[in-house]
Amino acid sequence: MTFLRDTATIFTREFAPVWRDPLSLVFTMAQPLLFLYLFGPLLEKGTDTPGPAWQWFVPGILIMMCLSGPLMAGYFLLLDLIGGSMERLLVTPVSRTALLVGRTLKEFVVLLAQAVLIIGLAVPLGLDLHVPGVLTGLTLLVVFGIGLGGLSFLLAIVSAPGGELFYGVTQVVMFPLLLLSGVLLPVENGPGWLQVAAAANPVTYVVEAERALFAGRFLDAPVVWGASAAVVTALLGLHLARRRMARGL
Amino acid sequence: MIHARGLTKTYTLKKTSVDAVRGVDLDVAAGQLVAFLGPNGAGKSTCLRMLTGLLPPTSGTARVAGHDVTTEAAAVRARIGYIGQKGGAGEAFRIGDELVTQGRCYGMTRRAARSRAEELLTVVGLDGLFARKPSTLSGGQRRRLDIALGLMNRPPLLFLDEPSTGLDPASRADIWSHILRLRADHGTTLFLTTHYLDEADAMAERVVVIDQGRIIADGTARGLKADLAGDRLTVTLHDPADTPRAAELAMGLPGAADVTRDGPKLTLRVAAADRALPEFLRALDAAGLKADTAESSRPTLDDVFLALTGRTIQDEDA
Repeated sequence: MTFLRDTATIFTREFAPVWRDPLSLVFTMAQPLLFLYLFGPLLEKGTDTPGPAWQWFVPGILIMMCLSGPLMAGYFLLLDLIGGSMERLLVTPVSRTALLVGRTLKEFVVLLAQAVLIIGLAVPLGLDLHVPGVLTGLTLLVVFGIGLGGLSFLLAIVSAPGGELFYGVTQVVMFPLLLLSGVLLPVENGPGWLQVAAAANPVTYVVEAERALFAGRFLDAPVVWGASAAVVTALLGLHLARRRMARGL
Repeated sequence: MIHARGLTKTYTLKKTSVDAVRGVDLDVAAGQLVAFLGPNGAGKSTCLRMLTGLLPPTSGTARVAGHDVTTEAAAVRARIGYIGQKGGAGEAFRIGDELVTQGRCYGMTRRAARSRAEELLTVVGLDGLFARKPSTLSGGQRRRLDIALGLMNRPPLLFLDEPSTGLDPASRADIWSHILRLRADHGTTLFLTTHYLDEADAMAERVVVIDQGRIIADGTARGLKADLAGDRLTVTLHDPADTPRAAELAMGLPGAADVTRDGPKLTLRVAAADRALPEFLRALDAAGLKADTAESSRPTLDDVFLALTGRTIQDEDA
């Protein structure tokens, strides 16, 4: 019971600034929105992408959002660690796990809201809405997001109090993960070495799974692979962050 | 309130172990105001972080507010307040919301936390600023907000890490008036670290000095100064040739030590300068020696630290 209450307390704290200023949600989505409107139409005319362009591209944008949002979630934790507010919370009897889960929950809600918004905006552009597929896809997305959030929290804790490590790693890791997952252009057209690198990237599998789901295909091999990648990421991220938290900050 | 035995913290930094705190024994009775002094890196903050349950000790035990910090951490946390060196409120949040969050973390209902938050904002002179963000507050206001955050759960024991560092003299005095009022109104036990030796001297009834992870002195400021540093007398004789005779007479004063001669100037340490100086002048007179100037100076806590370690506390801050 206290765990649930503590989780609600931390979620409420983290969510209040978003709640009071909902426009901030849209501002943090600037990049995916630009890709949706300025890059998507380019793909529509091209013939390189397998299947209908929007069905192929919108899942990619969602993953892009998932990488920039949750992966950067640690940034806010880092700010709290560099300032004194994390320490101030740790002095109270609040559950240590709730401190992470409450934050993760906020990322979950924000990501879900942004994903629904992107999908809503993509429908008039030509996205076919396979409702069960989209819902499953959203679930997969937030599971993956939770894992990335956990890893980001871990990175933030390890980087405090300086923070350089956090900025360095997120900058170095984010773009290769993004480009090597075939979010923007199909990897199949690239050279062999790039395809090998893409195959080693867990994000690739989640993207492929999302594309299958958005096309209405459930029982596809990519869905199984992607779901596994997302679940493993989530378990690993949460476990590692929690364990690091228990050691004291 | 605090009973620590053999409290030790060893860090491993780049594969070399650093003994931050080495076997601290400490007892603090309820209602005391204790100042914890020492140069940077002496282990003050590490000690405080262990006593507040933020950092698990490598070895040793501590009972704080009646409970063991390692095995009954939640019970300790419920009964203490802690005001850290850095600002406690997050920049993205309204200060009232931060206070309510803090209250909720102590298990208060939203309504109770809200009314306690309003009450404390009034107590620290921030009433009406509930919806403001920390960035719009002055340095002194931020520190008062930190105090409010540390008091949400009405702790009988409050830890303060450098509560007045970085504030202008007026804000420092203001923060101190809040701290002292806590004690007067609620009998709160206060355990604080400070860099300002004059503050420790004026405010604390007990001073604990830590250096290189060990407690090296513990007592009242007055007692430590009398025992460890002593007052200083400086007398200039009219005729430099008289100084050896004067030095002999000086040795007869109660607690006289470290008698040094420099031309016509004679300096020495005594237990109590206010009594020793007239006595010394009478003795000089009786011996037919003439003094031109005479002055006495009281020691500071820095003199105490110097006497103990051969270094000054401020040395290492540079």
